[in-house]
Amino acid sequence: MEKFTRLEQTAIPLEIENVDTDQIIPARFLKATDREGFGENLFRDWRYDKNNNPIADFVLNNPTFAGPILVAGNNFGCGSSREHAAWALTDYGFKVVISSFFADIFKGNALNNGLLPIQVSDSQLQTIFEAINENPNCELIVDLVSQYIEIPSIDIHIDFEINSYKKTCLINGYDDIDYLINNKHKIEEFERKRNA
Amino acid sequence: MGKTLFDKVWDNHVVDQLEDGPDILYIDKHLIHEVTSPQAFSALNDKDIPVFRPQQIVATVDHNVPTLNQHLPIKDVLSRNQVAKLRKNCEEHDIELYDLGHPYQGIVHVIGPELGITQPGMTMVCGDSHTSTHGAFGSIAFGIGTSQVAQVFASQCLLVSKPKSMRITVDGELKKGVHPKDVILYIIAQLGTDSGTGYFVEYAGEVFENMTMEGRMTVCNMSIEMGARGGMIAPDQTTYDYIEGREFAPSQAEWQQKLKYWKSLPSDPDASFNKEYSFDAADISPMITYGTNPGMGIGIQEQIPSSQNESFQKSLEYMGFNQGDTLNNLPINYVFIGSCTNSRIEDFRVASAYIKGKKKAENINALIVPGSQQVAKQIQDEGLDIIFEEAGFMIRQPGCSACLAMNDDKIPAGEYCVSTSNRNFEGRQGPGARTILASPLTAVAAAIEGKIVDITQL
Repeated sequence: MEKFTRLEQTAIPLEIENVDTDQIIPARFLKATDREGFGENLFRDWRYDKNNNPIADFVLNNPTFAGPILVAGNNFGCGSSREHAAWALTDYGFKVVISSFFADIFKGNALNNGLLPIQVSDSQLQTIFEAINENPNCELIVDLVSQYIEIPSIDIHIDFEINSYKKTCLINGYDDIDYLINNKHKIEEFERKRNA
Repeated sequence: MGKTLFDKVWDNHVVDQLEDGPDILYIDKHLIHEVTSPQAFSALNDKDIPVFRPQQIVATVDHNVPTLNQHLPIKDVLSRNQVAKLRKNCEEHDIELYDLGHPYQGIVHVIGPELGITQPGMTMVCGDSHTSTHGAFGSIAFGIGTSQVAQVFASQCLLVSKPKSMRITVDGELKKGVHPKDVILYIIAQLGTDSGTGYFVEYAGEVFENMTMEGRMTVCNMSIEMGARGGMIAPDQTTYDYIEGREFAPSQAEWQQKLKYWKSLPSDPDASFNKEYSFDAADISPMITYGTNPGMGIGIQEQIPSSQNESFQKSLEYMGFNQGDTLNNLPINYVFIGSCTNSRIEDFRVASAYIKGKKKAENINALIVPGSQQVAKQIQDEGLDIIFEEAGFMIRQPGCSACLAMNDDKIPAGEYCVSTSNRNFEGRQGPGARTILASPLTAVAAAIEGKIVDITQL
């Protein structure tokens, strides 16, 4: 997994609530057997019309906005457990998603792919949306080590929470799978005891 | 203080606790399918890690398979490759696969219970969010991502933080024509689509106690639609009667031993929950959804509520509805009865009992997709296929089908489909398709009338 510590970049505002993983990557694109290339179909049906022409008013098609940070409305990533949603976002180039609420499975999938989900309050989310809309070139500082977001242009500082185990994994690029395999003796011991 | 059903099962599976971090949770059964497993097998192969406990894994094909001519090679190349990949992976890692043509093939959440694989007190996972279905048996069952599928392959465990607990109690008696699907759509409409996030739900009260196992599965199935990782119902005599004698159910001495454990599982009377809600069964009417998430549901006679919220308005625009509209009498052209929510034999019994002697409306395309080969066989054995065919319904072969439209079973853009599935997201049943979620009874009534009707008023 790719390591994440800090970035200072612009962001893209997606002011829609309850963005489900079917919108992030529609089911018809889940037929691949590897992890690459899903970015092409990220938000497919919002990005392109039925003739595959870009839909001008969708934010990813708006040249005003760019950057590896996605700022999205409440309850981002609800619905299907498809990890392809996290793969599509990272493949497109996103490294951080900020929202006021994340669905559980999506959040776990993001963390397992080096994509940092940051939960802020409703009012903080509005402040961030306003800052980006007013000045699309404004940069956000996302610091995982010290757990804060800053927007210097409007002089705002927001602290965020993250599970300390997951934080360690992201900073060092560790996978859960390595941790579990290193604990196999405990797992075998558990099996022995319950079968005794 | 007493323990909840959830606490008892969870605590029984904790291998180790990380300080200020997640638990190592042991997984009893791992179900896999063609769509969310290939990258997990690749992850294992890349690291040269073997599958740790292949005998605790069961595989089937359901998500992308066609529902016509399953004996022929799959036409769609990508789907065919994905199924072939699962076959190869299962063979290499010695995993049981219920492939196309196997009498046990079907939707993963239909075959687990019907084969007696799903049992009370177990932990179960699958790379599919509707794994919550199996909680109907008093098991902890939840959907996982593909990285986690790989973790379970490698260690039969997951690193997960223990969720908070919620109890939803529904007491009283359901009105005639109100089905388990209506109960769960009502609960989600009341609480909202993100209300359960971070929680595991226990459903309690007379309504669930009096429900059949298949009804309980419908309810637990949709727990994820309010954000909850899973939902559970305490095992009781209904549960034991359902399991006894099934293919992989314990028997004889083992049955007695298991039964003793299962009977210890229900929440203690003094157990406390982080959140509690209660509802009165008498307040629940046949439900339908009007928007693009399962929380946007109303009674069929009710009006679509008003809201200034932009996402809400975008949703109504997609559906072609206005605030204040009633959907009663709305003309529709498509009906889908199937999916892991409602494709079990009871669903088709309810549907066929209603349509017996009737014909579908001329404009209607009505698709019946059994959840498994065993359900398909039961439909035939009970002669329900004749009723469906005489009424003009198409019966297909088992799979997820038009619930997520990964195969050819798609609803055309702009068309309304009254569907017994679980998600009314934009484009879920095909690009531009407009899904209206309902119970199997409401769905067949719509097929006969050619429009949405309130079954309790007919």
